[in-house]
Amino acid sequence: MVTLIRGIGSRVVYYIDYVGAIGKLFFNSLYWTFVPPLKRERILVQARNIGLESLPIVSLVAFFIGVILALQTAYQMQKLSSEIYIANIVALSIVRELGPVITSLIVAGRCGAAVTAELGTMKVTEQIDALETLATNPVKYLVVPRFLAFTFMLPVLTIYANLIGILGGYLICVYRLGIRSSMYVQLTFDALSIKDLATGLIKTLVFGMIIAMVGCLEGMRTEGGAEGVGKATTLSVVTSFILILAADCVFTAIFYFIFP
Amino acid sequence: MIEIKNIYKNFNSNKVLNGVNLTITKGETKVIIGRSGCGKSVLLKHIMGILRPESGIIKVEGKDIERMPSKELNALRMRMALVFQGGALFDSLTVGENVGFALYEYSKLSHKEIEERVEEALCNVELCGIHKLMPSELSGGMKKRVAIARALCMQPEVILYDEPTTGVDPITAGSINELIRGLHDKFKVTSIVVTHDMKSAYRIADKIAMLYQGKIIAEGTSQEIQETDHPVVYQFINGLAQGPITETII
Repeated sequence: MVTLIRGIGSRVVYYIDYVGAIGKLFFNSLYWTFVPPLKRERILVQARNIGLESLPIVSLVAFFIGVILALQTAYQMQKLSSEIYIANIVALSIVRELGPVITSLIVAGRCGAAVTAELGTMKVTEQIDALETLATNPVKYLVVPRFLAFTFMLPVLTIYANLIGILGGYLICVYRLGIRSSMYVQLTFDALSIKDLATGLIKTLVFGMIIAMVGCLEGMRTEGGAEGVGKATTLSVVTSFILILAADCVFTAIFYFIFP
Repeated sequence: MIEIKNIYKNFNSNKVLNGVNLTITKGETKVIIGRSGCGKSVLLKHIMGILRPESGIIKVEGKDIERMPSKELNALRMRMALVFQGGALFDSLTVGENVGFALYEYSKLSHKEIEERVEEALCNVELCGIHKLMPSELSGGMKKRVAIARALCMQPEVILYDEPTTGVDPITAGSINELIRGLHDKFKVTSIVVTHDMKSAYRIADKIAMLYQGKIIAEGTSQEIQETDHPVVYQFINGLAQGPITETII
């Protein structure tokens, strides 16, 4: 019994410590963002890694999601002879929910893990200590460019994923289910409002921050050589996934109950 | 001058530094010897202000680095350099960018002037013309030399070396020793060298101090250390399997 309580207690302490560390890193990053000089090239390199280089995988996944969503919706709607609503359902599902979440999960898996592995390797090979000896703040040099790149590239990637997802649905509806092209486009635009797009994009700003903070924190806390880097990378992806889904749940509830 | 007074440092329940007292005078080459894991590298990181002690004072030129504002500490760090055991070169930067890192970040020198300083530093460690290579293309010995060049590029007054000859062949180790001694003679830098390579210690040291169980247990010139009758120091410098150090572990 004592062991159980001790075990639970140590987990609680661990999570409190983790939340504290994430919060500290977040405010540190914000502080250093506004301390000049802010080297643009460093942010652009990260923006390219996170944004441009994620385009192929985001395109592929978003397209498949659009196709699958259209087919699954058609399966139900055909029973009700309401195929006309497929465009609305595909557009709303993708823009409000699937686009932001799927893009964030892809970026967390692809780029968050890479950031943890890179910073983790730098930590275990003393490169982060070396930065300090060269009078360079590691948060300013390593975290801030990634923080800004994740935060601002994720919404951009999400808009792109939304378009590709809707295109996937369009191709199925127009070329397989016989819905007229102009009608599909019209129905899609009718279904969407600025609020739908905004709710999706606001979420991705926060998801971007989550991926950046978790990825950088896990990297900078890495200990124990190659094995430690592997563990930190796994932990980074799992934690990001959980926090993204938890944050999504909170946002969806807020948008549903408070700003219906 | 660097003064270390009564430094204590624990990692979890492990007491790594247990009341270290040490003074390094200007222009001196002090070698700190001790077994692997005895806290030598930890001591260097304290001197650079990367780690903070649980208690004790580290003074550089009479100023307590614990109480320094971060700006002042950074200014101090620009006058000191730490050469890490594995080099700690930045993987994503070229050798030239590594060596000139601090200058590219903070100096007002032109790009061309920095490149000249970088090449000069690389030539000082006998690695002229390799500035375009990536760290992954270098051997272990070359990485250590590039790390020394990175330190030199800042023209520091104090250089701290963490195991500079570990993991390299005897000839490279010999040339690194010559390099450290040469830099001391040429630029009059103060050097603190952490090592367990006694050949290297005798060759470069003005004074040798031994760290054991978190304390400095002996200090003296190379000759004094070689002639010591302290059983722990005697066992360590002669590499004996039997003695007080191994008895304590058992």
